[in-house]
Amino acid sequence: MKILKKRYAMVIDTRSCIGCGDCVVACKTENKVPEGLCRDWVVQEISGTFPNLEMEHRSERCNHCENPPCVSSCPTGASYILDMTNITLVDEDKCTGCKACVASCPYDARFIMPEGYISKCTFCHHRLEEGLLPACVSTCPTICMYFGNLNNPFSKVSRLLRARKWKVLKPEAGTKPMVYYLV
Amino acid sequence: MSKMNRRDFIVISSAAVGAAGTALGSANQEASKVVIKKLAKTSPFYVNHDGKKTATFCEMCFWKCAAWVEKDEEGKPWKVTGNEIDHHCYGRLCTRGSGGLGSYLDEDRLKRPMIRVGKRGEQKFKEVSWDEAFSHIAKKLDKIKKEHGPEKVALFNHGTGGVFFKTLLKGYGTQMMTHPSYAQCRGPRDEAFKLTFGESVGSPERTDLAHSKCIVLMGAHIGENLHNSQVQDFGKAIDNRATIITVDPRFSVAASKSKYWLPLRPGTDMALVLAWINVLIEENIYCKSFVKDYCIGFDELTKHVKDKTPEWAYPITNIKPEIIRATAREMAKNAPASLVHPSRHVAWYGDDTQRLRSIAILNALLGNWGEKGGFYMSSKLQVGKYPHPPYPKPKYTWFDLIGDKFPFASTPPSSSIRDLTIEGHFKSWFVCATNLMQSLPDPRQTIKAIEQLDLLVVIDTMPAEITGWADVILPECTYLERYDELRVTAGKKTQVALRSPAFEAKWDTKPAWWIAKNLANKMGLEKFFPWTDIKEYLNYRLKTIGSSIEEMEKIGVKEVENKNPIYFQPGEKKIFKTPSKKVELFSKKLQDYGFDPLPNFTMPDQPEEGYYRLIYGRAPAHTFGKTVNNPILNELMPENVLWMNPQVAKNWGIKNKQRIKLKNQDGILSDNDIEVMVTERIRNDAVYLVHGFGHRAKKLSRAHGAGIDDQKLCTNIKVDPVMGATSFRTNFVTFELLS
Repeated sequence: MKILKKRYAMVIDTRSCIGCGDCVVACKTENKVPEGLCRDWVVQEISGTFPNLEMEHRSERCNHCENPPCVSSCPTGASYILDMTNITLVDEDKCTGCKACVASCPYDARFIMPEGYISKCTFCHHRLEEGLLPACVSTCPTICMYFGNLNNPFSKVSRLLRARKWKVLKPEAGTKPMVYYLV
Repeated sequence: MSKMNRRDFIVISSAAVGAAGTALGSANQEASKVVIKKLAKTSPFYVNHDGKKTATFCEMCFWKCAAWVEKDEEGKPWKVTGNEIDHHCYGRLCTRGSGGLGSYLDEDRLKRPMIRVGKRGEQKFKEVSWDEAFSHIAKKLDKIKKEHGPEKVALFNHGTGGVFFKTLLKGYGTQMMTHPSYAQCRGPRDEAFKLTFGESVGSPERTDLAHSKCIVLMGAHIGENLHNSQVQDFGKAIDNRATIITVDPRFSVAASKSKYWLPLRPGTDMALVLAWINVLIEENIYCKSFVKDYCIGFDELTKHVKDKTPEWAYPITNIKPEIIRATAREMAKNAPASLVHPSRHVAWYGDDTQRLRSIAILNALLGNWGEKGGFYMSSKLQVGKYPHPPYPKPKYTWFDLIGDKFPFASTPPSSSIRDLTIEGHFKSWFVCATNLMQSLPDPRQTIKAIEQLDLLVVIDTMPAEITGWADVILPECTYLERYDELRVTAGKKTQVALRSPAFEAKWDTKPAWWIAKNLANKMGLEKFFPWTDIKEYLNYRLKTIGSSIEEMEKIGVKEVENKNPIYFQPGEKKIFKTPSKKVELFSKKLQDYGFDPLPNFTMPDQPEEGYYRLIYGRAPAHTFGKTVNNPILNELMPENVLWMNPQVAKNWGIKNKQRIKLKNQDGILSDNDIEVMVTERIRNDAVYLVHGFGHRAKKLSRAHGAGIDDQKLCTNIKVDPVMGATSFRTNFVTFELLS
């Protein structure tokens, strides 16, 4: 079988997300994210007036865009796309902490580590290599998060995006984000 | 929405009031730099190692999910994850479980045994050896036994290790055992379901949410309370497009997932339930076969609710008659896969057993008992007990002390033990893993009771408020550092889980079993602990289900065949464990004791002008007050905020994020101030905060002084005459603006 590039996507069902923050804690422990920083976070959006209200919870993170401005804006090549995937990563040895990528990211997904290099969500690439799901996906207690390869039409994420209405964040930025929200 | 602060974990954006995104969270970045440097070398390509996992079950809350603890390649504590086959968690831990490591890492933990040297409550202690601590306790207990009798000693317990102190004190000669999770939490529910169906719904609750087609939540904020498997089942119900009806004065997370949100006037739940029952009967849409075959008292019930129409309920509840009818029809349409959730913390108004009775009756009319999507049946799982000599028979128990007061209490209410202590009935308390200053209402009363004691022994991992009042503090190690009593579950699956130590116990902390056993030796009660160590004890018990520690350390959870089907079989004759062997819609038992045999609604007191009902709840990051100091979870939610309706805020001229103090109807002022969250998500006659904050214990470095403690403001307490539950929602607050 021909080896195809993997188009990794995360699909998050806002209907069942309860905004519990378990994804944040699981990521922080899995990836040893220092105190005070996080690679993923939860947004709660409320609209309407009492008693006609609506509320949406979204677990947000790096969108691992197919057109990543963080990579093209990086002057040292520290920001790069992992071969045969759409996962964007930071080579901390090459990173000078200039923050060009931070400024270019429309999702505010990047932050500077206390040591001076840039960090962010990696889609738990180290776990994928072992056949595991990202830490956030594997712990989510309402099972509202899905992860997989969009190049495989039979993957759960492909099927969900065919079956359900979805949105991405800031599509106007033209970054082709790969984190999808079912609505 | 506005751009968030990159260091916030939870961002709240309120489009409705046009307020900028409210940020909760953020923390200091100075600490733990050592860890960071190590991480720097491995991140982001941190590769998992094949180091061994340690089997445990979680102690972050009472759900006790089975889990694996992992160390990193340097042997340092790394993470805790769910055990795949466990039916409490299905392989996924919740926010608190995932943050469980924080309880081990917390530098504020109790470290060594201590004996009080200053005045009680002054918090002056000296560190002592375990032997000194045991001698001190043994001497005091011996004196109490000789002068007053062993029945003067009571145990307050909430936690897995408490069972060993039960053994100790029963061996000593007292049966005064209590846990605040009864009369301060789920007791009314358990007694109401026993009175109606002959058995309680258990814990984890036997609610088959995953298969329900219609779920009614009455103040149950599933999702904000993170009772793991229940939340997962709720998620499945959402996926299945179940109709969810949420009754709550607050637009809870569950309400946001609901087809119907009924923002009823607080305290009028029973009126709504009676109106629903009225609709089911009047429209003839109740489950007739179930009522005919299995219920008694239907005629009395019909008469009882005749005038409890939706129109009657409307001015009481503020829920429109057409909505009451529509929601009742939704329930009926989906029955028996239709479930009115019995909730968990239900000690609200002082007539809670009767309110839960109305909910039990409503469930009976939906015919969901033993049905898929309703309540599934309990199973049986016997794990052999390690034999020991019979306990001495006490001269009297709580039931003898109290006589006919609270006739349906199946276990002593902690609040009653407290009251009896104030009256001089007790000389010593053992308090194991429950911070009574936050788990009982009105801490002033708790202090008054403690002042009557000759000896207060506190066993805990954290220097919570109650430890400050102790005479002797015995530091327990955390669940990640100890073997413990087995977790035995007879739910959908019958499973046994092992807790084994992932790390060596820090400082001079010890497991509960070790503390109890060695104290027993000192007290001459060693015959009640006839095993050499916990492994022998556990192996004995595990052998009776064909397992061993060796096996359990590999698998964590052992499933034992469940011979009882979880649903009733077609044609099966159902027998209920009530006196009539039927479901008792009309309760003769209650009538015999002078209580309403069918639930009657009475309007609770309403707030005066300028006052608002204080309601409270849970947040997914915390378990009561016990996790607020956890370094990982504290980052997510370091303090609580006060929810306030925009109209109320406008009347008071209070701005979003302004800090205020609260004063209750008795003039009690909160210790601290609290940030106001102006939100459309709450009615204008109530305010809401998350319980467990406002710690006064200075040694809790993160939790101390952060947010407001609701218990201090709960000074108007009504007691449920049926079983002794204390009301927590009968208090009103007004605002003190800071100058």
